[in-house]
Amino acid sequence: MKSTRALAALCALSALGLTASACSAVGQETDSSAADKQVVLVTHDSFVLPKKLEQEFEKQSGYQLVVRASGDAGQLTNKLVLTKDDPIGDVSFGVDNTFASRALDAGVFAPYSFHEPKGVSDYALPGDDQHRLTPVDNGNVCVNVDDTWFADHHLAPPKTLDDLTKPAYRDLFVLPGAATSSTGMAFLLSTIAAYGSGWQDYWSKLMDNGAELTAGWSDAYEVDFTQGGGKGDRPIVLSYDSSPAFTVPKGSSTSTTSALLDTCFEQVEYAGVLSGARNVAGAEAFVKFLETPEVQAALPESMYVFPVVDGVKLPTEWAKFAVQPTKPYAVDPAEIAAHRDEWLRDWSDVTSR
Amino acid sequence: MTLGTRWSRPLTLAGLAVVPVAVLGVFFVLPVAGMLHEGFWADGSFDPGAVLEVLGRPRVHRVVWFTVWSATVATVVAVLLGLPAAHALHRLRFPGRDLVRAALLVPFVLPTVVVGVAFRQLLGEAGPLGFLRLDGTAIAILAGLVFFNVALVIRGVGTAWESLDPRPAEAAAALGAGPVQVFWTVTLPALRPAIVSAASVVFLFCATAFGVVLTLGGLRYSSVETEIYLLTTNLLDLQAAAALSILQLVAVAALLLVAGRLRAVPGGGADRVVARPRRPARGDTAALVATTVLLVLVAAPIATLVSGSLHVDGGWSLDNYRALTTDGTHQALLVPVTDALVTSLRTAVDATWMSLSMGLLVAFVVTRRSRSRAERRVRSGLDGFFMLPLGVSAVTLGFGFLITLDHPPIDLRDSPFLVPIAQALVALPLVVRTIVPVLAGINDRQRQAAASLGAGPLRAVLTVDLPVVWKPLLAASGFAFAASLGEFGATSFLARDDHPTVPIVIYRLIGHPGPMNFGMALAASVVLAATTTVVMLVVERLRVPSVGAF
Repeated sequence: MKSTRALAALCALSALGLTASACSAVGQETDSSAADKQVVLVTHDSFVLPKKLEQEFEKQSGYQLVVRASGDAGQLTNKLVLTKDDPIGDVSFGVDNTFASRALDAGVFAPYSFHEPKGVSDYALPGDDQHRLTPVDNGNVCVNVDDTWFADHHLAPPKTLDDLTKPAYRDLFVLPGAATSSTGMAFLLSTIAAYGSGWQDYWSKLMDNGAELTAGWSDAYEVDFTQGGGKGDRPIVLSYDSSPAFTVPKGSSTSTTSALLDTCFEQVEYAGVLSGARNVAGAEAFVKFLETPEVQAALPESMYVFPVVDGVKLPTEWAKFAVQPTKPYAVDPAEIAAHRDEWLRDWSDVTSR
Repeated sequence: MTLGTRWSRPLTLAGLAVVPVAVLGVFFVLPVAGMLHEGFWADGSFDPGAVLEVLGRPRVHRVVWFTVWSATVATVVAVLLGLPAAHALHRLRFPGRDLVRAALLVPFVLPTVVVGVAFRQLLGEAGPLGFLRLDGTAIAILAGLVFFNVALVIRGVGTAWESLDPRPAEAAAALGAGPVQVFWTVTLPALRPAIVSAASVVFLFCATAFGVVLTLGGLRYSSVETEIYLLTTNLLDLQAAAALSILQLVAVAALLLVAGRLRAVPGGGADRVVARPRRPARGDTAALVATTVLLVLVAAPIATLVSGSLHVDGGWSLDNYRALTTDGTHQALLVPVTDALVTSLRTAVDATWMSLSMGLLVAFVVTRRSRSRAERRVRSGLDGFFMLPLGVSAVTLGFGFLITLDHPPIDLRDSPFLVPIAQALVALPLVVRTIVPVLAGINDRQRQAAASLGAGPLRAVLTVDLPVVWKPLLAASGFAFAASLGEFGATSFLARDDHPTVPIVIYRLIGHPGPMNFGMALAASVVLAATTTVVMLVVERLRVPSVGAF
């Protein structure tokens, strides 16, 4: 049919015309520098460093830093594992102690040791004998309470994990779930460390006491927590040891919230050179760069985590309000790698009953 | 008819189909196949048994049941609410109609993470609707699904309704049929293809909804999509993920087959007169009331968003909006929201032309009258093929991109093309489903008549096809643009850090503690919604300049 061809021509024409359209995004980017002058960093979407520091790194090392940041620590780890034969970058930051074993077992990281600043080795990953991962920062997942709410209601705030199952605190606790949130997973690990094989009983009591589960941290904190952005109605929330530093009202000298230091699970984030990296020298330079005093000092403000290097000065509000636990709960990383599936399945069963 | 012309026809059609098929092959089939390969060849050996075993787990049965149930109910509700609104907004003329039409499309572009928050602020224990005790229930999930997808019904059915020949209905009325009888016996059957089209797309969107189920279900409900996400990103259980992906693909194929049957209409009208929108009459009260109810339902969560974005420290303030040009509290962002908006718009332009040109080709190929059974099969097969991207998890696609598009000649992992292409693939089914019902409704005899009256092929297209297709084409481009602006799942895997889109930025803001970040995320969502509304309004104003007028 003639019209067939005519319409075909029209389609082709319109496609061509649109291709040439001026406001296209494609083609706006130019890759000026050669690939061998680049260091590609693969990280999660919470990665932020001040631009000045990144420029400093580029100036000193002579490499251009390309950041590929997406997903959470779990997604990051799985991406690295799936692409280990043809890595998507040279260096990675953000694999944490709950996922590290999976990455090491898959051979994602290459050994790299250098003279680390003092304090770093305290956070070394247990079982990483070849020194493939370098600790960069740490933080604790802790239950937080709204002190003003408890004062207003003349109720003593809870202190321990056990307290959370008491009738006095019924319907007051909100937390992100372990299956969908790394924060929630850390809390599940706290309870496993605390109660051993009895953790499922603890969780049924917790759920019976009206604990509310959300998909992510932001949902719990920003919507349901009484001190969050959405002014919710639950005064107990799962968050971080650093969170109280962010709830200091303007002009006030006290924080409205505090972290329960007997409920914490320690998270350590690592950096490492990827096996098969194209720019090994650049990758190593970046790992070293993360341990410099400047980067370590920038960590709290940029990523809400504590430095691992000794003697780094904390921001004033942190020094005052972000108190770290002395004895957080811990679970052996190899143990986590071996049982993650099973724990999460059991956890889902207990909480959706 | 000579042998030459007999073969030139299928060859032309095949030539037209090559480009879209190739694009879908590289950017969809290849990555998904790569992930399935990882699942089936878990430890280097082919092990289909382990994959199939997954389908026997009781948890999987529960998940599948919930997915089918929630998607079915949400689709039915969306169609029931959408039909009267489609009538009111596309057949009637009243002040503010265009604005309402554009506004109802807004939910479609809002990032689920933000809508989830808005819904929960509304339904949560402390919210204004907290007394309903809906937070964390299946009803909240259904409400979310309808909220997001009702626009698809309004637009899809509305554009078809607009180009419906009013004369059969008038004839029926003249012969004594009441309005209800006219609707059931004349209008509804004529709209059936468009309704089935819209409903099948809504069903697919609901069945693969991800953020809504996670955020609003309080983790008590899992759908196939959330399960795949969990298995892939958290547990790295690719065998189970592959099993569920296969299940999704089979289910989508089956659904498309059924929808294809239901869509088929015997022949189009000989020629058509397009009804002009008229002023509302008494008989339209029900439709107008339904539209108002819908508008309120859609507006409530959006109002929560707007009000939240205008509050700082308990008082009204524009600070959240002013902050959009900054990088957030404690540099939560690498680029300001304003820059992200520019990136979003540019990407959306690309995604729109890509999906429109591919969609037009596909729609054109699948709607030509087939000369044989085999030809018809090929056409409907193609039709279904381009719907498949709706039925596959963005996570599967995202991971698939990483592991398959990494070897020359298709080393595209870092290409700036990836984001618009991925978004175009997501929008493609919408474009195809909007254009196909209308193109299919054109009687081939009209083209033949035009040709026999001496019109050249181009003129035949301009006078016969274009006037009818123009409106749906606009609607389709609006959809594609909106889908691209709001796309998060695939984009979050592919967007480069120095060029994030607005939904990515919003997601980042909302996940970062800091007094202003939450407010900024809300403000950015409002800006995204407003941008969409403006774009929709502009697109609606575009009209075909007098072509088609004899």
